[in-house]
Amino acid sequence: MRLAMRPAMKRQQTQKIAVGLITGAAVLVVIPIVLVILYIVVQGIGALSWEFLTAPPRNGMTEGGIMPAILGTLILTLGTAIVCLPLAIGAAIYLAEYASDNRLTRWVRLAIVNLAGIPSIVYGLFGLGAFVLFLQFGTSILAGSLTLGIMTLPVVISTAEEAILSVPQEFRLVSQSLGATRWQTIRHQVLPHAMPGIITGVILGLSRAAGETAPILFTVAAFYVPHLPQSVSDQTMALPYHLYVISTQVPGMPLSVQYGTALVLLLLVLSLTVVATVIRTRMRRRRDW
Amino acid sequence: MANLNDFAKARTAQIALRVRPMGIWLRRGRLETLIELLIRLSGVSTIVIVGLIFLFLLREGLPAFLDIPLRQLFGSRWYPIEGFYGIWPLLVGSLVVTAGAIVIAVPLGLTTAVYLGEIAPVWQREILKPLIEVLAGIPSIVLGFLGWVALAPIIQSLGAPTGLTALTGSLILAYMALPTIISISEDALYAVPKEYRDGALAIGATQWQTIWRVVLPAARSGLAMAVMLGIGRAIGETMAVMMVTGNAAFIPDLGLDLPLHPVRTMTATIAAEMGEVAQGSLHYNVLFGIGIVLFVVTFAINLVAGRLVGSVVRRRGGQL
Repeated sequence: MRLAMRPAMKRQQTQKIAVGLITGAAVLVVIPIVLVILYIVVQGIGALSWEFLTAPPRNGMTEGGIMPAILGTLILTLGTAIVCLPLAIGAAIYLAEYASDNRLTRWVRLAIVNLAGIPSIVYGLFGLGAFVLFLQFGTSILAGSLTLGIMTLPVVISTAEEAILSVPQEFRLVSQSLGATRWQTIRHQVLPHAMPGIITGVILGLSRAAGETAPILFTVAAFYVPHLPQSVSDQTMALPYHLYVISTQVPGMPLSVQYGTALVLLLLVLSLTVVATVIRTRMRRRRDW
Repeated sequence: MANLNDFAKARTAQIALRVRPMGIWLRRGRLETLIELLIRLSGVSTIVIVGLIFLFLLREGLPAFLDIPLRQLFGSRWYPIEGFYGIWPLLVGSLVVTAGAIVIAVPLGLTTAVYLGEIAPVWQREILKPLIEVLAGIPSIVLGFLGWVALAPIIQSLGAPTGLTALTGSLILAYMALPTIISISEDALYAVPKEYRDGALAIGATQWQTIWRVVLPAARSGLAMAVMLGIGRAIGETMAVMMVTGNAAFIPDLGLDLPLHPVRTMTATIAAEMGEVAQGSLHYNVLFGIGIVLFVVTFAINLVAGRLVGSVVRRRGGQL
């Protein structure tokens, strides 16, 4: 009734104003994103060179390249994957295929949601207390990978679970009716069809891990290491920490080097995100069920 | 009579269990039993990990709460060098920066979600959604770096004594919380049945009236959850906040220019000071104690958010 009593003119006016404001807010969200990326690309592109990507830093890090930091981040990302993947995919299979609706399952879900909410610096504290000190791994690639791997669990678990759940129930029924056991069905029917979705989740999770600074602060990151890491018990430089150090801790660092480092990190992380998005779009398009 | 009823219920449940297609499987071999055990273990391991995280925080942080009188611990002086461990300024710092971020991010985020879900044509949505995912993917250190070299000078030129202020932190944090708020509230809007909108439009409501009086109220619990998780995201952010808030550990005077003062958050304090403390010292314990506070706060936020909408939590899980 109240709708009808408003004059039509006024309602149309409100509609126009409201849509205008909403659109304005969306623009306000999007423009800074584009600006941020453009700004870093424009400011940083000049610093990029073959030497910058492949040489170690020289002259108090003001010259030379950032190769050890890039390599360190790649190693840590690999380590994260090794720690995270078996556990995360196992947990996803458990939630999607095995868990019944009981108290234990609710606890597992609660645990995952809370893992996702724990601040990254708290993961850093945990890594310091548990891996560096208690298990005596020291500040090392091992401790850093374990910390990052645990931090990445919730992202990978939930995307992988979603991917597994999106495989149609009929596939399982048919497999079952042909005499396959539960694991055979998962192994040969469910997982292959869920794989693109799982890979998307894994890449997204790893790209987050690659860009994180707080969890590696006390567990692995080094200000400067004169040689490349020789084993998993060595410290390593890493891109995010390197950017933090050269922008706030080293006076007189040329701005171009700072922007160049930021650009390399951004490119590394965003290219992973893009790869993940492409896989997902392709998968959706090709899906024939 | 009651017994018979119970029996009937139990019987129905039994039958329901039997006809559930996933319930009946062939007997499995030894290898399969082992694999299934491993899968169940990895599911349960998530609970164990949360427990271990809390346990290790307690192990290193509990002495802080035991050795320092509570009145001093929640006092207003944070001078670790002279033995004053009052975490009140840090709590206030976190609160000010987070509140500022939420004031900026919630209206922007909710309206953007409405735009994406209700107004934008498909082609725009296909550009905007990946862009927002890109924002979620930008490492916090990169945003912090930009805040430090580019945003802080702008803030300073607006008349603040320094560019490194609570406001600078809030602005950066707001954009970091936006992807969380947008994607979860968009899910909530998407979950509103199309019939609701059709019904409103059919009785002559404009698009705005439909959104304001039908869609938003129907999605309100999901929207509330988006806000909660946005707060959780903002309160735990470390690196960007550490770089741009000026790291001054004192309580600013309450006033209109509050956001233009430098502050220091709990997260930044841990990150900045842990590298320099002796392991096992009181200072070291207090930093872990701050970690306990952060853990408990974010745990509570997630618990409340989880109560709001079980299904949305399940669907989004860690993908915040």
